[in-house]
Amino acid sequence: MRVVVDLTRCQGYGQCVFLAPDVFTMHEEALLYDLQPADERREHVLRAAAACPVQAIHLDRTASTPNDDREWAPVMEDGRIVIVGASLAGARAAEVLRREGFAGRLTMIGAEAGEPYDRPPLSKQVLTGQVPPEHTLLPRLREIDAEWLCGTPAAALDVAGKRVLLADGREVGFDRVLLATGTRARPWPDEAEAALEGVHTLRDARDAAALRRALGAGPRRVLILGGGFTGSEIASVCRELGLPVTLVERGPAPLHNAMGGVIGDVAAQLQREHGVDLRCGTTVTALEGDGGRLTGARLSDGSTIEADVAVVALGSVRNVEWLRDSGLAVGAWGVACDAGCRAVDSNGLVTDDVFVAGDIARFPHPLYEYQFMSLEHWGNAVAQAEVAAHNMVSDQAHRWPHLSVPVFWSSQFGVNIKSVGVPTFADEIVFAQGSRAERRFVAVYGYRGRITAAVTFDQAMWLEFYQRQIERAAPFPPDFRHVGGGADGGPVPARVPERLVATAGATVVVTGHDPAERRASLVHPG
Amino acid sequence: MNVLKQILDPAARPDPYRYFGALRESPVTVQEDGTYLVSTYREIVALLHDPRVSSDRRNLSAGAPAEQDDFNPSFIGLDSPEHDRLRGLAMRHFGPPHSPETVERLRPKMLELTTALIDALKGRTRADIVDEVAYPLPVAVICALLGVPEEDEPRFHALADEVVETLGPGEEDRAERERARKAAAMELSRYLAGLAEARERAPRADMLSGLITYRGPAGGMTRDEAVATSVLLLIAGHETTINLIANGMLTFLRRPDLLRRLRDDPELIIPAVEELLRFEPPVQFVSSRVALDDITIAGTTIPAGAPIVLAMAAGSRDPAHVDRPDEFDVDRPRNEHLGFGGGVHYCFGAPLARLEAQIVLKELVRRLRGPRLVADPPPYRPSAVLRGPRHLVVEYDGID
Repeated sequence: MRVVVDLTRCQGYGQCVFLAPDVFTMHEEALLYDLQPADERREHVLRAAAACPVQAIHLDRTASTPNDDREWAPVMEDGRIVIVGASLAGARAAEVLRREGFAGRLTMIGAEAGEPYDRPPLSKQVLTGQVPPEHTLLPRLREIDAEWLCGTPAAALDVAGKRVLLADGREVGFDRVLLATGTRARPWPDEAEAALEGVHTLRDARDAAALRRALGAGPRRVLILGGGFTGSEIASVCRELGLPVTLVERGPAPLHNAMGGVIGDVAAQLQREHGVDLRCGTTVTALEGDGGRLTGARLSDGSTIEADVAVVALGSVRNVEWLRDSGLAVGAWGVACDAGCRAVDSNGLVTDDVFVAGDIARFPHPLYEYQFMSLEHWGNAVAQAEVAAHNMVSDQAHRWPHLSVPVFWSSQFGVNIKSVGVPTFADEIVFAQGSRAERRFVAVYGYRGRITAAVTFDQAMWLEFYQRQIERAAPFPPDFRHVGGGADGGPVPARVPERLVATAGATVVVTGHDPAERRASLVHPG
Repeated sequence: MNVLKQILDPAARPDPYRYFGALRESPVTVQEDGTYLVSTYREIVALLHDPRVSSDRRNLSAGAPAEQDDFNPSFIGLDSPEHDRLRGLAMRHFGPPHSPETVERLRPKMLELTTALIDALKGRTRADIVDEVAYPLPVAVICALLGVPEEDEPRFHALADEVVETLGPGEEDRAERERARKAAAMELSRYLAGLAEARERAPRADMLSGLITYRGPAGGMTRDEAVATSVLLLIAGHETTINLIANGMLTFLRRPDLLRRLRDDPELIIPAVEELLRFEPPVQFVSSRVALDDITIAGTTIPAGAPIVLAMAAGSRDPAHVDRPDEFDVDRPRNEHLGFGGGVHYCFGAPLARLEAQIVLKELVRRLRGPRLVADPPPYRPSAVLRGPRHLVVEYDGID
């Protein structure tokens, strides 16, 4: 059977661990689990799923919410819908389309062969060897009756002609299309160095299998390039396996890009306590090899590191190159869309039949001054796919806006880290509850006197409260009496990074004179 | 008469649910004694996760009775971080992350005890499910887990009853009830302190030994803390599970079709117990919370220092949260309920109660041939908070 836990919802009650300890394990609040437990565990897993206080455990075909009391009928009940991208967002959208009553033809186009699988375990329980990489298939929440065109990536989108062109020359027509092609790992820029044996990236199940083999072989030292969530999680796994590890991070601290310098400092301390050789404010200038095998690296501070495995964890690249000539507003930042997931073309006009969801969707968020943002979060992929799918079959009067407050989680070094809101949208931070020394706390972020985000370390049960505070634009710093001790001092500067601009993006030029002929277009470099 | 008073009236014990609709009309109501009663699902969940809500009654603006100061409360009456420290130390011997398999390992013992209790119903056609099954099973399990000799049951039974029967919302007769409860709790403490001392000298593989002897990097429990914790676990470990089992059997016996389905498909007991926790929860109210600051919720401001009562049983039947809330439906998808509370005070023993109820109800359904209720409604225990039948007499044709 297949299991997936919506860790966006999970609050760490641990009921599943009590009732199925062979399948679910927990370190304080960090939950790890087997996504495809053996059939003889079935009764245990059923018990665990039923007991979850927030119903975050999804099993094959048990979690679909029937939508019987729907007040509207779908406007589009037949016709053809094509979903490009068959991972989490794409698969979720397909299920929602069927739930909403879409009975027409549904086609899924995926670059990878095989069924959709869950990625978060790839940098956690798969790397430790607790779960084999092929055991990460997502549960089938409902029969979606789709035509699957997998193993061939899409090569172009013809918006006017309403068709998707595949890399092998096939054409797939649509009435409406959902773009959900996600991201890939940013490769090491020097191709020859990237090709050295022992140099890895981590994005898909094959990457995870290869890295697992490399870690299982007992390397003398693992070098990790980049201290974001993926890099930090891999460092955690290495330490759990007893492997010496060096992590090189360009910024002042790990997790700095996502959570700012204050939480970054806590993360740095956590890493050092667990024996990570952490080098911040440093970059790798070259990977070195001998006979095609990695031997080490040179760093920007002039030092060298000997390592036989290196993991390039420098973030991701959005899979949008195939949309370059589509006329949509596409760039390194993703595909722009409105809050209802309808794609925006290069003129800034909303399209009718092209929708976007998941990591590549760049949407305006009203809570954050309508700034456009794209979120590479599991929870965002699920929530946005649901909104996109709903809107694809609904008329204007019944469309939903994607207004969910972003929630993100990570588990590393035995700690469950969760965040709600947008931590980089902040000027100050305050430790509101708990204790920084014990690594159990709630930190609250504020921007110009209102609460914009919160981060918890092993205190997930309080997150919901702070989400409401964000939704209500509650004043920052919070000034109420509360339980939980804490308050290690007052607010301090959050030290968040400058908002990154997409430097590799295209240039926009406007041509034409009168309104009927004015057009914006994207000029790509090279 | 005010709705809460109607619910607390013993006459309402068989069916408090018919008053809940009126109660939920205003999500938050202030009672004559200054208590704020919250009865809708969303608002209860919000308050369970609200750090401005304390579980420590010493924070009441009216001030808790002075003698409480020398009383050593268990983690149920404390706030984070003290609560988290003590609960974590107790959890070390009961569940994840340090002892994830403790409950699962008790399963064979639970089945064995259940089998013996049901075997004892053979050779006759009438039995009291409360006295003969629903009470002895959880008592035996908690005794084994904690390391309390089962033969001491007569010593702690009346005291445990006294402690739970004096629980409840309302501040008017509170001082009197607190005094009675404290006297019983003190007596229980003395009993468990004696056992704890013995375990300290000669530890065994039980929770009491673990609580009293464990010393970690951040220390362990003091003797008083270990005793207060074991008093809590001993009482909460069985007083509520009795009701879950008895309410369960009553609910099944009232629904012959359901009984048949459960017999044909034993796996259904898993969602059935979940639905029981929603539909007939053993704990109907959480009656000991205090606002630390002004809290505005559903348009009402609960002032700092005011007592808060959460009507969990009303929340789990809130039509804004579940469809057809007053129907018992084992096929309910994603059954989220307040049966075990929520937030950091979520029921410590929930996994134990779930497993016990699943095992014993499954076996009762499987083994009792032609069971039927002798009296409906059955007589109830007095408490409106820990609500359940005092007796549940059934007649049957035989035992398989």
